[in-house]
Amino acid sequence: MTGLLIILCFALIVIIALQIGKVTDITNKIKGEVEAQNSTNRRVGVYFLIFMVVFLIASFASAIYYRNYMLGFGPHESASEHGGSLDFIFKLTLWVTLIVFVLTQIALFYFAFRYRGNSGRKAMFFSHDTKLEVIWTGVPAVAMALLVIGGLDAWNEVMADVGPDEEYMEFEATGYQFAWALRYPGEDGKLGERDYTMINGSNPLGQDWTDEANWDDIHVNEIVLPVGKKVRVRITARDVLHSFFLPHFRVKMDAVPGMPTYFVFTPSKTTAEYRAQLSQYPEYQKPDPNDPEKQLWETFDYELACAELCGNGHFSMRKVVKIVKQEEYDKWLAEQKSYYLTAIRNTDQDPFNGELLPGETAPEEPVVEEENETETGGE
Amino acid sequence: MANVVTKTSELDRSDFLIQEFGYDDHFHDHHHGDKYQSNFISTYIFSQDHKMIAKQFLITGMIWAIIGAAMSLIFRMQLGFPEESMAWIKPLLGKWITVNAEGFGTLSQDFYYSLVTLHGTIIVFFVLTAGLSGTFSNLLIPLQIGARDMASPFLNMLSYWFFFLAGAVMLSSLFVSTGPFSGGWVAYPPLSALPQASMGSGVGMTLWLVSLVLFVVSVLLGGINYITTVLNLRTKGMGMWRMPLTIWSFFLTAIIGLLSFPVLASGFFLLMLDRGLGTSFYLSEIFINGQVLDQVGGSPILYQHLFWFLGHPEVYIIILPAMGLTSEVLSVHSRKPIFGYKAMVYSMMAIGFLSFIVWAHHMFMSGVNPFIANFFVIFTLIIAVPSAVKVFNWITTLYGGNIRFNSASMYAIGFVSMFISGGLTGIFLGNSAIDIQMHDTYFVVAHFHIVMGVAAFFGMFAGVYHWFPKMYGRFMNETLGKIHFWGTLVGAYAVFGPMHYLGVAGVARRYYSFDVFQAFGHFDGMNKFITIAAIVTFVFQIIFVVNFFYSIWRGKKVTTKNPWQAPTLEWTTPIRPGHGNWPGKLPTVQRWAYDYYSDEEGKDFTEQIEPLKDDEKSVH
Repeated sequence: MTGLLIILCFALIVIIALQIGKVTDITNKIKGEVEAQNSTNRRVGVYFLIFMVVFLIASFASAIYYRNYMLGFGPHESASEHGGSLDFIFKLTLWVTLIVFVLTQIALFYFAFRYRGNSGRKAMFFSHDTKLEVIWTGVPAVAMALLVIGGLDAWNEVMADVGPDEEYMEFEATGYQFAWALRYPGEDGKLGERDYTMINGSNPLGQDWTDEANWDDIHVNEIVLPVGKKVRVRITARDVLHSFFLPHFRVKMDAVPGMPTYFVFTPSKTTAEYRAQLSQYPEYQKPDPNDPEKQLWETFDYELACAELCGNGHFSMRKVVKIVKQEEYDKWLAEQKSYYLTAIRNTDQDPFNGELLPGETAPEEPVVEEENETETGGE
Repeated sequence: MANVVTKTSELDRSDFLIQEFGYDDHFHDHHHGDKYQSNFISTYIFSQDHKMIAKQFLITGMIWAIIGAAMSLIFRMQLGFPEESMAWIKPLLGKWITVNAEGFGTLSQDFYYSLVTLHGTIIVFFVLTAGLSGTFSNLLIPLQIGARDMASPFLNMLSYWFFFLAGAVMLSSLFVSTGPFSGGWVAYPPLSALPQASMGSGVGMTLWLVSLVLFVVSVLLGGINYITTVLNLRTKGMGMWRMPLTIWSFFLTAIIGLLSFPVLASGFFLLMLDRGLGTSFYLSEIFINGQVLDQVGGSPILYQHLFWFLGHPEVYIIILPAMGLTSEVLSVHSRKPIFGYKAMVYSMMAIGFLSFIVWAHHMFMSGVNPFIANFFVIFTLIIAVPSAVKVFNWITTLYGGNIRFNSASMYAIGFVSMFISGGLTGIFLGNSAIDIQMHDTYFVVAHFHIVMGVAAFFGMFAGVYHWFPKMYGRFMNETLGKIHFWGTLVGAYAVFGPMHYLGVAGVARRYYSFDVFQAFGHFDGMNKFITIAAIVTFVFQIIFVVNFFYSIWRGKKVTTKNPWQAPTLEWTTPIRPGHGNWPGKLPTVQRWAYDYYSDEEGKDFTEQIEPLKDDEKSVH
């Protein structure tokens, strides 16, 4: 039935179109070609002017309406230290392009209106003007140079890896179809070695258990980071390309199988601070549809998304990111259990099954309580 | 001499000039019986006549445009109205719609991604490369440079049929049980290399690759022909600097295509080897579906380099012909020479050259060394300079004109507006610092749809309305053309304008649903608006299709050889030129393509075949 209606609608459009076409052919014949073209020119010229006004008003009105979703405006402020410099380049480019946009669109449509044809008039002959052309080659070149300098300055600072003496923490995000596996280095601050051939059901990341650095590595289900501390994310992929995207932090980097990538950033606002900031904006003072007891700002969380098409579940690779104060972070970290000790130790996966690890005293009673099952390891 | 020339009546003036000054190549002495157009098959199907091949490209391109656009409507409905049942479209899509017990139909995720992928592939390659450059290069190169046909009519015919074959293979992928390829039109491995990575990466991807390799063959056959024809078959007097900008744009487009498409093909061949023979050009250290793969040492980034080495020039392969058509149409209907002719040519050359050294700006966030962005950002933003020059020149062409508004010139003006709007957002994306946030968001979608999708369509429409009289000896209906124009102009801005806001808010592209993320979920109203605007804009395109086919048979007849009063050579041929284009001698070119000096006879232009007056100096 719907199909039939759609076909009928299309047929109707076709018929109407043909009728309109016929009518205008006849009216043009009555008016005479030249006069018909003249009156068309007058009308269309005015339409272009009207379009220009409506178009510019619509552009500005929508920009003002949606300003709170733009980078660096309203609640959409960057939650990382480097984000501000990117937002600045964005704003700078926005103003430069806005001026060019308005001037050129006005010139285009105004000239179309102003020089609409009339059979009694002749066009002026104006084929080139070297001075003008030099100016409008030179001005964009200078403007672009400024944007390039500003942009690359910010880029090189943002993308730089951590220096040798710099203090930072590291964690690892591994994309796979269709989720992120997150690994923290544990007490030693080092992520253990991985070998993709060792991946199996109980070793989702292919950690090499003979590497001591792996023994205290932690598998977690959400990213928790202390505010104000430099973080280096090691980004890897297990199967196809993914992209590690933290929209609120202006962080994005592809996850490539076989080639670890990284992104270094410093969170500058805790989740609580960001929520407080959102609470001032009416669009976040509405009840959350998923949790009607609370308002949107109260349920807000930073998010990790995938930004490189990776298959049919690409849109669902969500993880929550929590930025907390250092004390809270330390407390959280202390609660996390080593994946090796809780899930691998003394199973057939463990290369030291039945042997003593260095520093371990009683094989029957390991230092870490065995019955404490992790809720986060594996999948 | 001037006296003799002015005495002839206006109607057969061009005939007289060709008779008097033309160049006799004895073409018709050698082509008795006209073997090219002797029966139905050689006239309409396996035609070797460039004008017929142009029409074949155009109509095939139109069919693909309708298919590609209809696909976008289906996935836009999923994005705008996920809460509405899609059960009604099940008769068409079959198993790709799952209907649950309550009768609620959902579009399958796999097929959603197939639609997104095919929409991109079809529009970029089949419509805006073959349909645009294929149509107008074929139609206009021989006509505007004064040639009988292409240098190799046979290769030209093959070029069309390879394109047709590519289309047939692509279409067939819709009917395989695992569905068409679904990994995005860029087809990044490993997703595209591993059949186990997604449903569409199996047979669907194989067909996709075969189709595009056939397509590359088509583009290369066409390109060699265009270049050879422009270089060798220009008529007497047609120096390079006397060529209309259309020919310059087709010529440069063909060169760019010839240099970049083979690289795409080689990238595809390596991908085929990875898929079929267990090589590891693009694959390394992969664990998928519970299986450890043997391939080690390849890099998916190598594919991205090869792909974008075509992929970036490809956007200029699409936009340069549209620029050429726009320049010509604007000039003719403003009754003025195109402003800064040489600057236009040099800026196209600059764009063409730069297009080869900016490809990695698609890969800032792909894991390449961040240092190389320094190089690519600089060259990318330099492209803004020749682009700006072109925009200023178009605007100045209008300045002081006597603009005749019709569907063609309105689309040309619309092209400039779109090119400005879409070009400016490129300045954001080309700057790697901003690209960190914008990459793979709706901002990119908005940018390239406006600057190369909509703008190229506008150029194409301007060309179709303008040269339709040359193709079919009839005019397209003007009122329908204008309704089509306003609907498309407003509609296109309504569809793609709002996407900028989605993009700056960080909403990622290629998402099946925005419900999973809080950050992407604020835009239900906007997504509905975009979907409705897309449907309405699509309906306006039906008006174009109706107008096109109606006008072929029933449109107003062209009664004079030069209905737009244009100086270029194609309007000196008979109203419906036969094979060989000019019935007797070939015209000889006496002046450049943009002579709009006022003339004492009341004419405001001078045809290219008009000899210089005694006291006149040649402009070029």
